[in-house]
Amino acid sequence: MGEEYLEKELLIKGIEINYLYVCKTKLWYFVRGITMEQESDFVDLGKFLHEKSYFGEEKEIQIGSIKIDFIKKSDIIEVHEVKRGKQMEKAHIMQALYYIYYLNNLGIKAKAILHYPKLKEIKEIELKESDKEEINRAIREIEHIKSLKEPPEPIYQKICKNCAYYELCFI
Amino acid sequence: MRKKSLTLLSDGYLFRKENTIYFENARGKKPLAIEGIYDIYIYGKVSISSQALHYLAQKGIAVHFFNHYGYYDGSFYPRESLHSGYLVVNQVEHYLDKNKRLELAKLFVIGGIKNMEWNLLKFKNKTKFKNYIEELNNCNKITEVMNVEGRVRAEYYNLWDETLPDGFKIIKRTRKPPKNEMNALISFLNSRLYPAIITELYNTQLTPTVSYLHEPHERRFSLALDLSEIFKPMIADRLANRLVKQGIIQKKHFREELNGVLLNEDGMKLVLEHLNREMDKTVQHPKLKKNVSKRRLIRLEAYKLVKHLVGQKKYEPLVAWF
Ligand code: SF4
Repeated sequence: MGEEYLEKELLIKGIEINYLYVCKTKLWYFVRGITMEQESDFVDLGKFLHEKSYFGEEKEIQIGSIKIDFIKKSDIIEVHEVKRGKQMEKAHIMQALYYIYYLNNLGIKAKAILHYPKLKEIKEIELKESDKEEINRAIREIEHIKSLKEPPEPIYQKICKNCAYYELCFI
Repeated sequence: MRKKSLTLLSDGYLFRKENTIYFENARGKKPLAIEGIYDIYIYGKVSISSQALHYLAQKGIAVHFFNHYGYYDGSFYPRESLHSGYLVVNQVEHYLDKNKRLELAKLFVIGGIKNMEWNLLKFKNKTKFKNYIEELNNCNKITEVMNVEGRVRAEYYNLWDETLPDGFKIIKRTRKPPKNEMNALISFLNSRLYPAIITELYNTQLTPTVSYLHEPHERRFSLALDLSEIFKPMIADRLANRLVKQGIIQKKHFREELNGVLLNEDGMKLVLEHLNREMDKTVQHPKLKKNVSKRRLIRLEAYKLVKHLVGQKKYEPLVAWF
């Protein structure tokens, strides 16, 4: 699991996994740099992990919307994410699973916890064998969408109304 | 909060103190709510501190400058924050490929022509420019397209002229300097519209310097010139028409200078007030099924261009339905 592996995996961002499950049109535009909103609240986890100095310290770090707790003793990292609602739950779960998968590949044990403060719920997420397969499939599909010459046709769904791409998609 | 364009007509000083931008003039110092500013249009003699510019750049607010005569001088265009190398490549590819370029150039002109027709209809003239559109379809060169565009426009001005009140006839379109009131009014409005289009382009990933109808070296933001084909009749001409027919703008709002005619200060003020209001006016958009401002229509036009360039949907120029 050398640097080379890390560089390759860095090509897929957590937000891309998320978008894959939200909308493929959005994903296509996003990976072509055609963005509609500042996606500043997403962590460049890869870059962050390069900073090896963080490891081994008991620290809680907040970057954008993702809070990562490093728990030294048990050597497990907790990825915490606070979400507003469950409308896009699948996308949230897959994004969280991807982070765990990613950390696992670096030899780091991890789990994720999704917080839904409005619903007063939390959800613990662990990576199972079957999840790994799904993530692999997702990565392949993202690569496929990235390679498409034209964006997938937008298909109207409920979330479109509040999507920053709405005008671009339906004009 | 709905963001608004800020127009500064009086002389003064624009500076930053902590996280606030102030405008100070003879009447005093006024804080400006930066979160509510979309872009800034400066007509007065205004000094700006570099700190203020830093802050405006950080907030992505473009500042457009106009000279003593009310004509556009240039823009402070913050370092671009939205990048898409992919779109730049596609934009350039559509410029280099002769057929792709011609197609877009014609579409801009067709959009302009249809909006001129629609205006004439509103001014109670039913002339259609169908022959010109046919002629356009047979053009093989940009210069030919430009030529058709020029001839349509000349005829359009003539027909429009028939409906304009005495004293406000265009007679012949003159620009630098405009020779009479109507020419001055049209030029002034176009001069304000152009940077408004620049602001919209700034808020997309489009590169404003790569254009199709106009040559990219013609002006720095030549893509804004392309889009202005559609918005000049739709916004500027219609407003000019209304202002003189309703007697809002009168002879007293002009002055003579440099062998030409220009709006005076009161005139500029009035026109800008009406234009700002016009840009914020909303219309129900049939496709998006929601209200959009006239200003937003410019952005939507840019989005349509993006979709054309990435191969999602052929560009269809906006023709006013309102
Ligand atoms: S508006 Fe709808 S189709 Fe378009 S990107 Fe958003 S979710 Fe996808």
